[in-house]
Amino acid sequence: MTFHDKLLALDRRWVFLVLAIFVILPILPFVKFSVPVTPVKEVREIYDFIEGLKPGDYILLSLDYDPGSMAELHPVAYAMLEQCYAKKLKVITLTLSATGAQMVEEIVRDVADSCKIYHGFKPERGIDYVYLGYKPYPGIIILGMGMNFRIPFPQDYYGTTLDSIPMMRGIKNYDNVKAVINLSAGNVSDMWVADGNARYGVKLALAMTGVMAADYYPYYQSKQVFGIIGGMKGAAEYEKLCKNPGSATDAMKAQVFAHVVIIIFIIIGNLAYFLGRRKTAQTQESE
Amino acid sequence: MKQQIPLVLVFVFGVLLAIQYFVPSEPSQRFYEVALDGLTVIGIFAMVLGIWSQIHVGYNKIKRRAEDWQYSVVTLVSMFGMAFCGLSFMGGLNGPIFRQLYNNIFIPIQAAIFSLLAFYIASASYRAFRARSAVSTVLLVAALLLMLRVIPTGPLADPINQIGSWMLMVPNMAAKRAILIGVGLGSVATALKIVLGIERSYLGKD
Repeated sequence: MTFHDKLLALDRRWVFLVLAIFVILPILPFVKFSVPVTPVKEVREIYDFIEGLKPGDYILLSLDYDPGSMAELHPVAYAMLEQCYAKKLKVITLTLSATGAQMVEEIVRDVADSCKIYHGFKPERGIDYVYLGYKPYPGIIILGMGMNFRIPFPQDYYGTTLDSIPMMRGIKNYDNVKAVINLSAGNVSDMWVADGNARYGVKLALAMTGVMAADYYPYYQSKQVFGIIGGMKGAAEYEKLCKNPGSATDAMKAQVFAHVVIIIFIIIGNLAYFLGRRKTAQTQESE
Repeated sequence: MKQQIPLVLVFVFGVLLAIQYFVPSEPSQRFYEVALDGLTVIGIFAMVLGIWSQIHVGYNKIKRRAEDWQYSVVTLVSMFGMAFCGLSFMGGLNGPIFRQLYNNIFIPIQAAIFSLLAFYIASASYRAFRARSAVSTVLLVAALLLMLRVIPTGPLADPINQIGSWMLMVPNMAAKRAILIGVGLGSVATALKIVLGIERSYLGKD
């Protein structure tokens, strides 16, 4: 068996091992380096929009992802929520992911607590923010909220009726919020575009996992969404804009190494393929 | 009768909801609200059916000692265990037991499963990304350029970023838009076929 044959038949467990080493290595505490992050236009537009809102404006954050996508979407959720609280916006949060209800509740609580440390005040539940919780069937919920938040969510996550929450008095539907930001790891983004934006004309921005992002650029160009934050890179860019480097900025180191390893493997695989092809051609010629 | 009643219901509600979309009046809005309530009720029935189906399949697998029946035991115990711990007398969804299970079992399991994706992508890239033809070479170069976007490449960073953005905004968008338009037209055609009773596969075989 020649060298390139061995390379072509490389056991995939070697690929797994090399990748594991290069993902773990950069996140070890003694490895010090940082990845330069340059925010792109579609990320900056979301940041600028939120920065342009006035204190007291309402914004709806729909955190529709499950713990599997925490690595990519949690950093955006934390940075964006803190930005909204710091701007004294009224934040309505909810989740349309069945396994995300407790996770989102923790984010909302954590960020409110951290605001006391970093911004000197603690946003109060019911006055500065409200967490509506989870309801199944996202398409129906998005359509229902277009008429009245009280149709799908008569109570918030903690069982308080919406009418008795000070922040929700007089707040009926999407007409009362400046924008919806959807953080999603699945097809809920499609429903927000089709049911939220197309039907009710709600101003919409999306944050999503890296593998999903390319699918949503047509909506960005057609201005159905005003911004896209894609994957870990987008999350790191948003953290940079918020001057709040967090887990996405750290994780970019692992992502960069993983990409380098994958590129090297692709190059090796192609070299082995061409060497093998040349050898076969030479054998055929000599015959 | 078993065929005709669903066909009539689908036709009536399909036509009325299509008209409703274009008529912004009070009665039309009321009808829409009622239809949404109906959708929620149907959704709840579907959920009950799903839970029943899961129990039925798992139970039969365990009873027959079918291949990998042990996984069904884990599925059913986890399903009932999590549901039980979420009941109000156990502390509810915010109770310490449910929280512990959620934070220390559910979250790590989900994160671990998703993280496996990176390893499979690496292995698949090594095997599949080969410049076998002109088309596969284009795919290979596009993939490499998009991967290079996240890597600090010094003076090359700006041109690589610009090329990557161009690829996303022009060729990717053209292909995606064509697919989306195709899917949209296909959805309208399928919806019309269902409403008009031409497509009846959703009724089952009986």
